[in-house]
Amino acid sequence: MTTTVATVKGGEDGTASPYALSHLDALESEAVHIFREVAGEFERPVILFSGGKDSIVMLHLALKAFAPAAIPFSLLHVDTGHNFPEVLEYRDRVVAAHGLRLHVASVQDYIDRGVLKERPDGTRNPLQTLPLTEKIQSEKFDAVFGGGRRDEEKARAKERVFSLRDEFSQWDPRRQRPELWNLYNGRHAPGEHVRVFPLSNWTELDVWQYIAREGIELPEIYFAHEREVFKRAGMWLTAGEWGGPKDGETVEKRLVRYRTVGDMSCTGAVDSDAVSLEQVITEIAASRLTERGATRADDKMSEAAMEDRKREGYF
Amino acid sequence: MSTTTTEELSATTLLRFATAGSVDDGKSTLVGRLLHDSKSILTDQLEAVERASASRGQEAPDLALLTDGLRAEREQGITIDVAYRYFATPRRRFILADTPGHVQYTRNMVTGASTAELTVILVDARNGVVEQTRRHAAIAALLRVPHVVLAVNKMDLVDYQESVFAAIAEEFTAYALELGVPEITAIPISALAGDNVVDPSANMDWYGGPTFLEHLETVPVTHDLSHCHARLPVQYVIRPQTAEHPDYRGYAGQIAAGSFRVGESVTVLPSGRTSKISGIDLLGEPVDIAWTTQSVTVLLEDDIDISRGDLLVPTKDAPATTQDIEATVCHVADAPLTVGHRVLLKHGTRTVKAIVKDIPSRLTLDDLSLHPHPGQLVANDIGRVKIRTAEPLPVDSYADSRRTGSFILIDPNDGTTLTAGMVGESFAAPEPVKDEAEDDGWDF
Repeated sequence: MTTTVATVKGGEDGTASPYALSHLDALESEAVHIFREVAGEFERPVILFSGGKDSIVMLHLALKAFAPAAIPFSLLHVDTGHNFPEVLEYRDRVVAAHGLRLHVASVQDYIDRGVLKERPDGTRNPLQTLPLTEKIQSEKFDAVFGGGRRDEEKARAKERVFSLRDEFSQWDPRRQRPELWNLYNGRHAPGEHVRVFPLSNWTELDVWQYIAREGIELPEIYFAHEREVFKRAGMWLTAGEWGGPKDGETVEKRLVRYRTVGDMSCTGAVDSDAVSLEQVITEIAASRLTERGATRADDKMSEAAMEDRKREGYF
Repeated sequence: MSTTTTEELSATTLLRFATAGSVDDGKSTLVGRLLHDSKSILTDQLEAVERASASRGQEAPDLALLTDGLRAEREQGITIDVAYRYFATPRRRFILADTPGHVQYTRNMVTGASTAELTVILVDARNGVVEQTRRHAAIAALLRVPHVVLAVNKMDLVDYQESVFAAIAEEFTAYALELGVPEITAIPISALAGDNVVDPSANMDWYGGPTFLEHLETVPVTHDLSHCHARLPVQYVIRPQTAEHPDYRGYAGQIAAGSFRVGESVTVLPSGRTSKISGIDLLGEPVDIAWTTQSVTVLLEDDIDISRGDLLVPTKDAPATTQDIEATVCHVADAPLTVGHRVLLKHGTRTVKAIVKDIPSRLTLDDLSLHPHPGQLVANDIGRVKIRTAEPLPVDSYADSRRTGSFILIDPNDGTTLTAGMVGESFAAPEPVKDEAEDDGWDF
């Protein structure tokens, strides 16, 4: 991998000049600009932090944007109660290392109080919306950074960098504002907030390349390891108290890694022997399946599933 | 993508480009073809398209389905907003702002073109240059997009005749040059059959130029910075106030134009105070020089009062500040913009109160005719406006600097983005419209 050089080596095609930025430098600069805009224009921003690679990259960019000062935001984790222990451990370590303030919105807590009901299929991703929305309201967060990328899914291809939400966190495609040049408009009424997506223009490969270039540490589950898994709906799921395996599902030990990190009940592992970042990137560059198609059950629900969940304020 | 190594992918440049085309010119098919033939479409995406095509009784997979995102669009078979697409080749990473081309979506095209280094204008070889084509060319010229590609599509339907292509290319180039478009490349293609999109066409051996993708991969993405006015809008003041950094005061921002060096004399606008750059911090790395579009933190020798919204410029190249802005605008909101409208104006990192003093003219994009004193601009209108701001602003002309010559107008009541503005002359100097008597005495 390259080191942090700001320029691209001169090419024979005349595209490179001493003032060209590499694609990673251009994306990094844009994301930092977005973080600083929010810091300058909002009262109470918060970063949605799941311990997944996208939110880890977001945090890394935020640290860079304000160095040597501290990040002027807190973190918010929506805990489904079915998180991978490796990821929670990573989360707590990062929070401690950077002296950050962590807010947790707990799905389990809502289920215990009887406000939310466990779904028959055991998946908790759709249950995240209410705890998230209520936490945003109670803490009066006015800007909420998410790690969403526009390349992930067709419904996201039209998402803005600054995405206006009403007090129910709802996304109305007709109320989204045109974004011109790099002039972001963060104005909102009391009770409304803006979701901000600094990684809008990044692809999965960009994220991995950036992690490699910057030497960012990730939770171990992103790399190949032996794990007890069982097959459900064509995906390898981790056996555990959350609801698997069920009758007819058999557990086996396999060498796997995760491409995304989410709720255990709907995040699938892929067969892999990639133990280093270099090997992971090579595997991804050669992969013929998109990130979500391979590993997320909840997005396969229907062609319009993501669009519907977006409207109701999930991301 | 399947054969690229990390080494090849580690340092490529990034090209942002936009497409414009009418509903029937095959734009979705071109984009789909580009993604498909550059191996940017992954198995599960293609399977979804095949399933959807089959369920509608189509025989071949409809590549246009790859890019039509929202349910309303799928139902109506049209595209209704700017959608962003991402793909890469070993040579370059691409961000495509895919905008619909019908007349009522001028604002989307303006939005897409505002960040684009290159615009693709699509025409149907059977129809040639039509009103819509002229409109697309005008928007590219207004937004000062550095490179324009004319993609003459559906060449298979005119027997791949060179004469058809040459006539269209000639007519378009003459028109676009008149508008001041700096660079035009015409390419004969068939998106449906795949001619000259990614692979060279065997049907058009008379064409000796690059394929569409080759052109995208090789078009220059950087400019000669020596002719640019250096500009740094201050976004945020970084003051750690820790034991380790008790006196650190850094001015953070993304360089909007040109370059800055350590040791250079700079002026802060609008206050006019001056100092020297004592250090530039490029995201944790001290550097001697930084340039557009790097996000940096600048340190100065003197402790002067600087805050968000200020502009750092070289002392020897400072713009004048003004409270009277004349600009070409595109109105992007559903409610009209009227004379007397009280608005907020965001320029760089500064947002100020402003009032629309006059709307001297509205421009018809089809024939570039001017309609004097329309009284208001409605959604998708392009026009000239005169704006009075509550505070002086250091604006550049848009012709000199796309980032510091642009602004947006915002509705102070509900925060809606109303209007996209470009300071100074539009492409062809329009007929001067008579000035109305200045009406003083506005208070905000």
